[in-house]
Amino acid sequence: MSSSLHPVHAAPRAPSGFWRRYIFSTNHKVIGLQYYFLALVAVTVGIVLSLLMRFHLVWPRAHLPFISGGLMRPEQYLALMTMHGTIMVFFVLTTAPLGAFGNYFLPIQIGAPDMAFPRLNMMSFWLTLLAFACMLSAFFVQGGAPISGWTAYPPLSGLGSITGPGEGMGQTMWIVSIGIFCFASLLASINFISTTIEMRAPGMHLMRMPLTVWAWFVTAVMSLLSFGVLLAALIMLMLDRSAGTSFFIPYGLVVNGELQAGRSGGWPLLWEHLFWFFGHPEVYIAILPGMGVTSHIISNFSRKPVFGYRAMAGTLCAIGFLGFLLWGHHMFVSGMNPYSSLAFSALTLSIGVPSAVKTFNWLGTMWGGKIHFDTPMLFSIGFVSFFVTGGLSGIFLAQPALDNMLHATYYVVAHFHLVMAVAAIFGIFSATYYWFPKMFGRMMNETLGKLHFWLTFVGAYCIFMPMHFVGLYGGIRRYADWTGADYLAALRPLHMFMTIAAFATAAAQLIFFYNFFKSLASGAKAPEDPWRGTTLEWATASPPPVDNFAGDYPHVFRGPYEYSVPGAPDDYTPQHLSPSEVAGAAEGDGNV
Amino acid sequence: MSDSAIAEGAGIGAGATGSNGGGIAGYGNGRGDELGASQTPQRAYVTGMVIALSGIAMFFMALISAAVVRRGSPSGDWRPLAVSGWLARILWLNTLVLLGSSATMLQARSRARAGDEIGFRRWWIATSVLGLCFLAGQLLAWRQLVFAGLYLATNPSSSFFYLITAAHGVHLAGGIIALLVVAFHPARRMARGTAVEIASMYWHAMDAIWIFLFFFLLSGGR
Repeated sequence: MSSSLHPVHAAPRAPSGFWRRYIFSTNHKVIGLQYYFLALVAVTVGIVLSLLMRFHLVWPRAHLPFISGGLMRPEQYLALMTMHGTIMVFFVLTTAPLGAFGNYFLPIQIGAPDMAFPRLNMMSFWLTLLAFACMLSAFFVQGGAPISGWTAYPPLSGLGSITGPGEGMGQTMWIVSIGIFCFASLLASINFISTTIEMRAPGMHLMRMPLTVWAWFVTAVMSLLSFGVLLAALIMLMLDRSAGTSFFIPYGLVVNGELQAGRSGGWPLLWEHLFWFFGHPEVYIAILPGMGVTSHIISNFSRKPVFGYRAMAGTLCAIGFLGFLLWGHHMFVSGMNPYSSLAFSALTLSIGVPSAVKTFNWLGTMWGGKIHFDTPMLFSIGFVSFFVTGGLSGIFLAQPALDNMLHATYYVVAHFHLVMAVAAIFGIFSATYYWFPKMFGRMMNETLGKLHFWLTFVGAYCIFMPMHFVGLYGGIRRYADWTGADYLAALRPLHMFMTIAAFATAAAQLIFFYNFFKSLASGAKAPEDPWRGTTLEWATASPPPVDNFAGDYPHVFRGPYEYSVPGAPDDYTPQHLSPSEVAGAAEGDGNV
Repeated sequence: MSDSAIAEGAGIGAGATGSNGGGIAGYGNGRGDELGASQTPQRAYVTGMVIALSGIAMFFMALISAAVVRRGSPSGDWRPLAVSGWLARILWLNTLVLLGSSATMLQARSRARAGDEIGFRRWWIATSVLGLCFLAGQLLAWRQLVFAGLYLATNPSSSFFYLITAAHGVHLAGGIIALLVVAFHPARRMARGTAVEIASMYWHAMDAIWIFLFFFLLSGGR
């Protein structure tokens, strides 16, 4: 019955029309690139917003030509903060590592022609784009963008424009946008999980999957189980705003001198629980793909197998599982029961164990290897560095007694930017430099790449290390202007230093953009396997044909990281070579 | 050597997936209308539905746990919504209607397996009609609440009642659309048997979720 519905072609081919081929494509590679360019646009917007904030923090009374009245008002600063956080977390750190690289490389790395559900895949991307458009439109509605942060805590977010100019239409657009994003992410995660389970090539059993595939798989499971919870919370928040319900809005609340009548006693803490039940897995959704890419690249460029492959796969799963049990550590100062805090604290500290195993294994993989310091490797080492630095401050913040002191300060800002934002961005950069030849068939410029790495590496530390000291000194986060507090005046040089570092680091990204687009236009032609890698994406042309393997689908004979195998003819043995092909190559070498 | 390795590999690959159907066959045979789509094994749709249902289950668990937490909130404003009288009668009847629709769906599938196309359609449409009856019944239940002066924002208990029933109703309405699509619009890539299988999985799951929600709402009065 089904065969009559499927016209049979000799070889798969791409749709011929421009729109079907490049815009409304169902091909996972085109969709991956669409996600990637969406993330590039989003990260540019996010960086500009953060620079405006850094500028305002050191020159709060400077006149800005594009703001009506010239002076930035506190609510405008809060709108910048909200939109920076939201755009970066959702539209950069969620879309690029999973939507872009996961889409492009997961099917190739498991030897499949496409994702399991190509049309669903296309729908996920277009919904994500719609969500992004919706989010940006919040800047242009009456009252401007919302001011309640990327966590949208009620009652601030639940009462409409009485709580602030952006809390009217702007907050509504925010909720609608994130709601659409949730739906798109759920569809995408169904696709990723089904593809990993059902589309693997013969021989690609679980313990032969590249760690990138493991990471995307665990990430997809996490987004499947967490985004639905956020969606439920968003619906309730929307009802509180528009239908007068009291899920989250407390009784007898007075806002700007006005009693909020008709609310029967809702509980803001309920929102925090629902939000962070999503929000904590979300930070692992952002970082896990970076861990997978780092393991993959460190092995490739150290010319050594991943140290403890099973432990690496196991710790990805362990982090994914534990990631659902520690949301409460975001809420130590919320008035939650202290006994709950104790439990969440212990669970949070326990996630240090798999994280330490991963770090140990990354170092173990490099130990004694023939390390090639190409740009992807540099960014992967940078990932490990930021993950460790940011992770260490997490151990302090996981303790309620310390968190009570530090929670509302820049210490937390420093922590999550290093461990989640910068580390994840370094994962994205290393994936970009590593897979650019495969995606576009051209090499990126190594010199510019290394320059970009060193400026970004040093720059990011210059921005975020001083923030720890600002936080320890009592520098309060989220404040638009701290110059009113005398005790903070001593921090001005540090703030100035961070702002200069932020502008310099942002300028260094222009090198990346130049390198990216220059290489796209006129980079050296890339061979099939420029890094002498072993996994299936290197067994096909650069860029891959429309069905990834031109009809010649691979069989898999070994694990993903067989580098420097004693007795093997080369220092890498690709997954798709049969034992007889390998033996033949070895004999050929012996004869010579 | 290499052949046996392929066979071993294929066996492990299929075994690891642990679902119905054979190994991953047909990649190399060049089938492909919209690239890759026809190369999706039919059992992937079943897997996809299982995964989608776990996501949906998390959504409903979020609503339920929010209701439990909200009921215990320190403000003590929760006034139990008593499911009794006409409201209870309507909901019990609705529950029976939905259970009946699962039974007609089983009947439709057995007709389909027997190759009885007309019988399949008859029972399949009956299932959709029972689904519509359930939705109509839910609207009647809402009317009962309105007559009793219980609106969406009256009390958190009524808020959750409307929210939970509406969320389930939207999912069930999606199911009805899916049933009609399967009956009248042949899928281009999915085999008919697969479409019937995943539609009925979804339907039974919505039935099961309703039973769970119904008993939760019944107990919510306390």
